[in-house]
Amino acid sequence: MVDFPIQDILRHLLLAARWTIVLSLIAFAGGGLVGLALLVARIARPRLGGWLVGGYVQLFQGTPLLMQLFLAYFGLGLFGIKVSAWVAAGLALTLYSSAFLTEIWRGCINAVPRGQWEASASLALSLPEQLRWVIGPQALRIAVPPTAGFMVQLIKGTALASVIGFVELTRTGSMIANATFRPFLVYSLVALMYFALCWPLSAWSRRLERNLNVAR
Amino acid sequence: MLIQLDFAAVLAQWPLLMRGLAWTAGLTVVAVILGLSLGIACAWARSSGPRALRWIVAGYVELIRNTPFIIQLFFVFFGLPAIGVKLTAEWASIIAMTLNLGAYSTEIVRAGIEATPRGQLEAAASLALTPLQTFTRVVMPPALKRVWPATVSQIVIVMLGSAVCGQIATEELSHAANLIHSRNFRAFEAYIVATLMYLAFAIMLRQLLNWLGPRLLFGR
Repeated sequence: MVDFPIQDILRHLLLAARWTIVLSLIAFAGGGLVGLALLVARIARPRLGGWLVGGYVQLFQGTPLLMQLFLAYFGLGLFGIKVSAWVAAGLALTLYSSAFLTEIWRGCINAVPRGQWEASASLALSLPEQLRWVIGPQALRIAVPPTAGFMVQLIKGTALASVIGFVELTRTGSMIANATFRPFLVYSLVALMYFALCWPLSAWSRRLERNLNVAR
Repeated sequence: MLIQLDFAAVLAQWPLLMRGLAWTAGLTVVAVILGLSLGIACAWARSSGPRALRWIVAGYVELIRNTPFIIQLFFVFFGLPAIGVKLTAEWASIIAMTLNLGAYSTEIVRAGIEATPRGQLEAAASLALTPLQTFTRVVMPPALKRVWPATVSQIVIVMLGSAVCGQIATEELSHAANLIHSRNFRAFEAYIVATLMYLAFAIMLRQLLNWLGPRLLFGR
């Protein structure tokens, strides 16, 4: 058996953590854009948009992320698109995070007092102007803590991309555990790395939330 | 480009799918009972236990909440045997799900406990209730009632998360879909059917828990 000292294990895991971070950022950026578009659709057309987007959110929050990843992987293949794990994982996680983010942000928009909508409407602001200058800035302040909290969920979610063959932290951990026969050590290190990524975000989100509650 | 979907080939395997769903439901029931008990115990420890215990529980909660479920599962199933704890896939799944739900419900239940008005505690003390009686009779019932909606959401999340348990060959629903895929190569159809079954089960579970909660847990 090849000797595989702990420094090598650590080095490989750290290199793999890069891809966990990159995938998380892609999914967050993509999910943020799609989620924002869905949010606007919901506000502009409360009836039809609300119904459709509501169904979309239900669909993604009511099914396992693992299944969504499988469907993206095999579904894209049906259309003759040659899918890499990158494309499938990026797409599935983007859709997944868009459903959560649009719902979170809708809650933040709803938390802005009604009088703000009425006051800005009475100043003859159009809907885009209302959102840009009056509602948006106020909602944004409320939105930061839960959005940071969702980032944690998303980073943990990227671990499932390992199942469709995306080589990130979890996948690398599995491969090293299989090669070294030291699963206890390797999975402990992998867990610690996820913790190091997620915990600061969790703590930050919690602190922001506390500050917001004090300010109100 | 012509896409032919063949759902009949998947639906013909319905006994396999139903068995998978039964496993998913069974794992969820056991994990919910154990996980909520663990969560309530930890919430008590966190709010009124000895100082050392508080720190241990806080560490457990943070550790679970900031690592992916799949890693927790792999750690229990692949990692623990290395130090002599051998588990079947089913037990590993139940333990991982219980630990996971336990951590999240600790925080949820704790929020409910902390919202107890001071007067209630003073009233309980003036009636000479023991701390245990105060906790089980005065603090917990309204606390559970307050946090039941959040608890139901978390239970549904854990149920959906159990799809990952198929990766260590627990024979639940996603594993059934995997099996069908490997038998007839109808991957997309198999996963569509399984996903819809998850969706239906999630909706039913949520309804059931919302109905059951008031009747079973905290009396109306």
